[in-house]
Amino acid sequence: MSTTMTKTDTLVSVENLKTYFYTEDGIVPAIDGVSFEVKKGETLAIVGESGSGKSVTSLSIMRLIPQPPGKILDGDIKFQGESLLAKSDKEMRAIRGNRISMIFQEPMTSLNPVYKVGDQISETIILHQKKNKKEALAEAINLLNLVGIPEPERRINQYPHELSGGMRQRVMIAIALACHPELLIADEPTTALDVTIQNQILQLMKNLKQKSNMSIMLITHDLGVVAEMADRVVVMYSGQIVEQGDVFTIFENPKHPYTEGLLKSMPSAEKRVGKLYAIDGVVPNPLNLPPGCRFADRCEYATSLCHQEMPQIQEINENEVVRCWKYTDRWEA
Amino acid sequence: MTKYIIRRVLQAIPLLFIISIISFLLMSLAPGDPTAMYENPEAGNEQDLSAIREQLGVDDPIYVQYYKWLKLLVLEGNMGYSFQDGQPVLEKILQRVPATLLLMATAIVISIIIAIPIGVFSAVKKYSIFDYFFTFTSFLGIAVPSFFIALIAILVFSLKLSWFPVSGLRENYDAFDLWDRIHHLALPSLTLAFGLIASKSRYMRSSMLEVIKQDYVRTARAKGLSEGKVIFKHALRNALIPIITILALQLPALFGGSLFIEQLFAWPGMGRLTVNAIFIRDYQVIMGTTMIAGVMVVFSNLIADICYAIVDPRIQVGKN
Repeated sequence: MSTTMTKTDTLVSVENLKTYFYTEDGIVPAIDGVSFEVKKGETLAIVGESGSGKSVTSLSIMRLIPQPPGKILDGDIKFQGESLLAKSDKEMRAIRGNRISMIFQEPMTSLNPVYKVGDQISETIILHQKKNKKEALAEAINLLNLVGIPEPERRINQYPHELSGGMRQRVMIAIALACHPELLIADEPTTALDVTIQNQILQLMKNLKQKSNMSIMLITHDLGVVAEMADRVVVMYSGQIVEQGDVFTIFENPKHPYTEGLLKSMPSAEKRVGKLYAIDGVVPNPLNLPPGCRFADRCEYATSLCHQEMPQIQEINENEVVRCWKYTDRWEA
Repeated sequence: MTKYIIRRVLQAIPLLFIISIISFLLMSLAPGDPTAMYENPEAGNEQDLSAIREQLGVDDPIYVQYYKWLKLLVLEGNMGYSFQDGQPVLEKILQRVPATLLLMATAIVISIIIAIPIGVFSAVKKYSIFDYFFTFTSFLGIAVPSFFIALIAILVFSLKLSWFPVSGLRENYDAFDLWDRIHHLALPSLTLAFGLIASKSRYMRSSMLEVIKQDYVRTARAKGLSEGKVIFKHALRNALIPIITILALQLPALFGGSLFIEQLFAWPGMGRLTVNAIFIRDYQVIMGTTMIAGVMVVFSNLIADICYAIVDPRIQVGKN
């Protein structure tokens, strides 16, 4: 799928990545052969339900998978053409928080409770930009201004518990943007926030992206957020990519039955239905995966072929990729 | 903050009052009385002994004895006079306090310096051979009573290896000799510290394990900080907060431990004074040392609470 793109507009390419967890109960293939690219200046959304491997994908890119129990078994992650997996710990630390930064789902617990907000922002600046404490604090004030926190001079001397959830997520964004990263990974950045604050944070991220040529990898399970933010979408299910395409195609003409189900289960303001659609069944147990398509048990189109053999991921249109027997020659409807 | 401290000090008064009643009751329940030390089984003179009893006031009903003791303490700040030698109790105790404080403070400092790195290391290298080693040693330290460890230490390090003196505070009485002091302090303080290290390192390990799972530790890693900075700057300070409570809780146990340690090492501190007073039923001295220990424990808890507010910005002492 990547062959049609030129190498120069690719920022990150994930190639056949496999990250497994070795637990007491057995091996969990959290990511099982995932390939995708993030292009320069785009927002790529990774969508899927809990346990689909979205967060593990982002932590793999950051190389922050706790090891043990986790291990990147196979595949590669290239950032500006260089393999991140081949880098030493020291080289990787120079990238983290500097060229690739990350914001997390839980703003309430993601800031260290015993250090002042200003110190937590300036720490990154001092580390990566070789500035002194005074310059870094001045820069921290600028950043707080940028992320829309009023009275930044006062705020830098406050502790995280003195700020609301929305404010804390703004601080996290300020930390992430401190060194003008090329890639911002946002792992469910608005899930823990109220709806109105969610919207403010999304607007902020959109505005900040327009000001720089940063790429955003947005991890979410909220299709409303995807529609608002994303250029392209990767849909994950049970550690694999099931569909990938641009946001319009995904929303207008979803190919994979799972994507179709996700869109159908979205509440709509226009057409009010009595009961919200839900995909029957649950995600398969990662310790005991079926031999065929992992979605087959919940799929309304599933045939015996789906239950027996795993479909391969294939390109069906330009920039549109799907993993489903329906789009192959072997499908007999 | 000042208001809070004043309030806490006032709250301590009824607490100490209750401590004094309980101690007095327990003490009077013990068999024997101060005249036991005069007793000579062969030439016992019951008449003389009852005269002494009357003079000391130990024949009075228990509430009368308590009332007399309390009245003297509250009205005159006088803790009474030792039955043994007639010296003021407070004076006797104050003579002994420096030696005890020196021993305890050294034991606490040693235990902090050793237990915290062990706890951090065991947590970071969980289930490694070092972790198992420290787990084993800690359980040994918790399970084996300090007097037994003291006896083993004397046997090995003093008698067999002759590295440390067997007992006493110092040998050079002519001038202050720092090396002589350290030499005498080493064995009792290390033995006393051993049990403290054992329990504190376990608490530190579990506190650290809890903290390194936290989101802000992941944030620190995502900033590109080195593992040392992540552990010692971001995780350690949070992990230390519950340890303050452990420190305050260990203090009463430390008083108990020093009773035996001072006795075994002939360390001229409050512990030894207390044990001797108990043996000869010197009620006045027993009450005196118990109350001083009570005051020290109550105030160390207050200091722990103030330390909380210093270490953890989320806690504001004195505000509701």
